[in-house]
Amino acid sequence: MARSDRLSAVAGHGLPDFLGRTGPTAYHRLNPLTKATIATTSAVAAVAVGGLIGPAVLLALAVIAPALAAGVLRDLVRTSVLLALPIAISVLVVNLFFYPEGQTELFRIGPVVATAEGLRFAVEILARIMAISGAVTLFYLTTRPSDLVIDLERRGISSRVAFVANASVQTVPAMVERAGQITDAQRARGLDTEGSVWRRLRGIVPIVGPVILGSIAEVEERTMALEARGFTRPGRRTLLWAPADRPAEAFVRWALLVGVVALIVVRLAGILP
Amino acid sequence: MTLTLAGVGYRYAGASQAALLDVDLELRGGEVVGLAGASESGKTTLCLVAAGLAPRAIGGLLRGRIAIDGADIDAWPMHRLSQQVGIGFQSPANQLSQVAVTAFEEVAFGPMNLALPRDEVLGRTWGALETLGIVDLAERDPRRLSGGQQQLLAIAGLIAMRPAHLVLDEPTAQLDPQGTRLVTDALARLAADGASILVAEQKADVLAALTSRTVVLAAGRVVLTGATEDVLGDPRLPELGVTPPAAVRMRHALRGAGVDAGLLDEALAGA
Repeated sequence: MARSDRLSAVAGHGLPDFLGRTGPTAYHRLNPLTKATIATTSAVAAVAVGGLIGPAVLLALAVIAPALAAGVLRDLVRTSVLLALPIAISVLVVNLFFYPEGQTELFRIGPVVATAEGLRFAVEILARIMAISGAVTLFYLTTRPSDLVIDLERRGISSRVAFVANASVQTVPAMVERAGQITDAQRARGLDTEGSVWRRLRGIVPIVGPVILGSIAEVEERTMALEARGFTRPGRRTLLWAPADRPAEAFVRWALLVGVVALIVVRLAGILP
Repeated sequence: MTLTLAGVGYRYAGASQAALLDVDLELRGGEVVGLAGASESGKTTLCLVAAGLAPRAIGGLLRGRIAIDGADIDAWPMHRLSQQVGIGFQSPANQLSQVAVTAFEEVAFGPMNLALPRDEVLGRTWGALETLGIVDLAERDPRRLSGGQQQLLAIAGLIAMRPAHLVLDEPTAQLDPQGTRLVTDALARLAADGASILVAEQKADVLAALTSRTVVLAAGRVVLTGATEDVLGDPRLPELGVTPPAAVRMRHALRGAGVDAGLLDEALAGA
């Protein structure tokens, strides 16, 4: 014990090297706000530009190329496809068979007719959905949420807002874990969580109740623990580190914002097809 | 540095009866005081009152006087008081800030909130991790640590605030034997370094190992107080809901069986 204590005393007194590490590639190391701006503007642009070629180009330039550079393409494809799948299927089915202006028959299943116009429209929507889910997934795969919150706090949002944002993100795994424990506990007492859809739905009630009530019951103790650590002190607090930012990145962010606003104006004015 | 409670009574908001009545208690610098008593005897309430959370954070009605070095703390806001009296709770997980990704950031949370200069925050954080012997946990995710490790981390987070007194409400109650040993060893080292600690504790062996003085509560009143050795040997202890240490129980049993207890003392001294 004594020896390890003496060893640890050598650990140093500066910022530990594991803090402030923002990722393995240059894209990871971009300022979180820059990555957030890229994700938001490309998602908005994909909706605004319409058609098939526009979203496809956006997908290639703003999602696939950066994902390649960041070495996360495989994860990106898997996650964004899973993310988009439920809505993609319903878009495809609804438009293929029930597109109001559908004329050209492709094939027919009983009374419903699949039309070429419907297919074309569905593919256009799908391109937008893929661009949006790709942009969001790329951000998520290359940025820790806490890094974005630290960056925003450095830029001046209040410590409280930053805390709430950060705690909400960090609490999700804890809630999932708690739900798992309660599910096991209720199963041990004979709750049926498998079988028909109706049975599963009924099984949710005795799980969701304790998850929410349990979290509320903890609030008082958690609040006191925060107060005991100076959380209620008014004014700004000290930050240990913040993600780097460069003038060039600020320029890119503004350029993207101006660009996407211009695009929306152009589309609304009906200049582009 | 002395924390003084004089004639302190407290009633929770909405409660019809007082949870504490006429409690006098003094916690001097460098002293480790134990707080024993049955469940519902007022241990937790006394901890909350001594640390100022009751009534600041949870409302309720406080009577009597609480002072630090003679200065009344009534008007102190919590963030000021928390630099004089730090409080730790039973549940290791509920004390985590929920925003720290590493144990290092968890310990730094308090000093960051106090807006101390960055170098001061870093120095205090390393210092607190070293004091608790958990520097090697610095990079770990706090939520992935064992209960005992989380409890050490929570105490480190308090120490980083550099309070003159620590109030710990049953810090080992939710821990397994290994976690209990981890925490009591750390507290013993803190005590040896001259920290002043008020620790609520049900385990008499822990009280015997850590504290020099013990206060026993029953129904919100102090019913027994004195040197830990004397209090733990007091025959009224079992009826106050505190199980005496094994050695004391054995001595009572031997005496009951007509065996000379002096033999046991000799045997213990020989061992």
